[in-house]
Amino acid sequence: MAATLPPPRLLPSGDSAVTVEFSRTIDDDANQRVLALDKALAASPIDGITETVPTYRSLLVHYDPGKIGFDALGEKILPIATRPLPPATKARRWRIPVAYGGEHGIDLKDVAKTLNTTPDDIVARHVGGDYKVAMIGFTPGWSYLSGLDKSLHMSRRQNPRLLTPAGTISIGGIQAGIQCLAAPSGWHLLGRTPVRTYQLHRNPTFLTEPGDRVTFFAIDHKTFDELDRAAEAGELVAEQVVA
Amino acid sequence: MSRLVVASIGPASSVQDGGRLGAQRYGLTVSGAMDRLSLAAANTLVGNDPFAAAVEIGPFGAAFTARDGAVRVAISGAPRNADVAGSPLAMDTSVTLKDGETLTLGFARGGAFTYLAIEGAIKGELVFGSLAVNARAGLGSPYPRPLQAGDELSVDAASGASELRIDLPKPVSGPIRVVLGPQDDEFDDANKALFLNSDWKISATSDRMGYRLEGPAIKHLHGHNIVSDGTVNGSIQVPGNGAPIALMMDRGTSGGYPKIATVITADVGRLAQTSAGTAFRFKAVSMAEAQDEARKFAQAIRALPDRLRSADTVALNIEALSDANVAGHAVNAVDAGTWQVTAEP
Repeated sequence: MAATLPPPRLLPSGDSAVTVEFSRTIDDDANQRVLALDKALAASPIDGITETVPTYRSLLVHYDPGKIGFDALGEKILPIATRPLPPATKARRWRIPVAYGGEHGIDLKDVAKTLNTTPDDIVARHVGGDYKVAMIGFTPGWSYLSGLDKSLHMSRRQNPRLLTPAGTISIGGIQAGIQCLAAPSGWHLLGRTPVRTYQLHRNPTFLTEPGDRVTFFAIDHKTFDELDRAAEAGELVAEQVVA
Repeated sequence: MSRLVVASIGPASSVQDGGRLGAQRYGLTVSGAMDRLSLAAANTLVGNDPFAAAVEIGPFGAAFTARDGAVRVAISGAPRNADVAGSPLAMDTSVTLKDGETLTLGFARGGAFTYLAIEGAIKGELVFGSLAVNARAGLGSPYPRPLQAGDELSVDAASGASELRIDLPKPVSGPIRVVLGPQDDEFDDANKALFLNSDWKISATSDRMGYRLEGPAIKHLHGHNIVSDGTVNGSIQVPGNGAPIALMMDRGTSGGYPKIATVITADVGRLAQTSAGTAFRFKAVSMAEAQDEARKFAQAIRALPDRLRSADTVALNIEALSDANVAGHAVNAVDAGTWQVTAEP
């Protein structure tokens, strides 16, 4: 029997939710524990839990205080949260097409300039990454990715934009992102994907799940337009790689 | 089927219900009524489930006209003058609009949101179990946006049931209660005390996403950037400028500012109904007290049907008299809590 892992902090988020925090920083080990706890709670539900929301370093557990109290819930969560991680299972992998630069990636040139290199080199480093969906949040389908090449880590824009286009592929800090809906953003916009990570009336409504693997590949702007029409009609246009 | 036509309506008015559960992990926020007790009261008056879809009416006026048959409705929430074809209608009562009749609602006289429930509830296409409008995500039915004049709601023809009023529990007064955390350790004792011991006002720039609070600047111990984590209705986050924001029903599902405290479930609706510019305070309570209040709040909603009364005596209802302005100041001399107009069946 392997030793148990250090216990997470149980932080009250009001009377109907608890933040199970594994780390204060972005940390892949913590994220793995978040996703493992999320999976374990889905597999063997605790009565009273209504919804779980994985984030980088914590799992927000919503519950009904009419069914279970804060202390009782904590006592049930802790043994599960301190279990050694199960062996890694094969994750689902998505190949996401991206039209880089130009009108679709208005910050590509500036990012290249800041990092003293060429736009093509930035694209190569971004395409070369092996990413994981660490969390989905802020707006529907916005997938926060870990695994950004260290040479692309850079601080966010001084002045966030009030609106950035649907499908924006961007980087900010040590993170990469796939944005689904038009939204404000302070990240650097490298390109756009025709893939909708969220589309109503499509099965599945949400493409990505926390824990999924992601790689990008470059497409030209004409291909973007074709795939965009197909996506609008309900096609996934992302390629799922069967492991 | 009858239709309820929106003859006129102000901004910040939309179809809302109990909210959209189960998809926060995909970034889809809950939405739903800002004041769940008032939504439940209005729905209970017309025999609906407490969290059925109804019209959430913002602080401005609105008017609704019945077409193709009679429509039975009820109003609860922020008080305002209301009339049907010139006859005053009291808050917390049901009324049947005859074909062609119009219900006219004035500005909220306190609070912000009034709920118009419709017998049989609003019809539409459920997404994640909800019709609630979430304009940013393009969700909501029958219209994925706030309501506009000319919109039509398909509704059941009125049943002909006799009209009811509801004696709501005495409103809770006093400070808005919070549980400290999840990131109260990002603030020192002096700043936590400043948060709890200062008067706050809700900024006029608030909306269904969040209520911006005006008061002293709250300083962080280690800066304002934390790694994004999950939010709940009532999370009070403190961004870099030190002006707290209470996150409401259309909040982002995650946020990257430290959250000093969380409004208790029983008081989220009270905060939602606090008028912009009115001074109020927060008070920290224990987890045990907050959870006890949450259970009582849920029980109060379940027990709403026991509080229904015949509306036959509604002419003596203080609010109706006050609304009609026929009783003048004499009404104010009567203690509303002891003015019992008994009409139990």
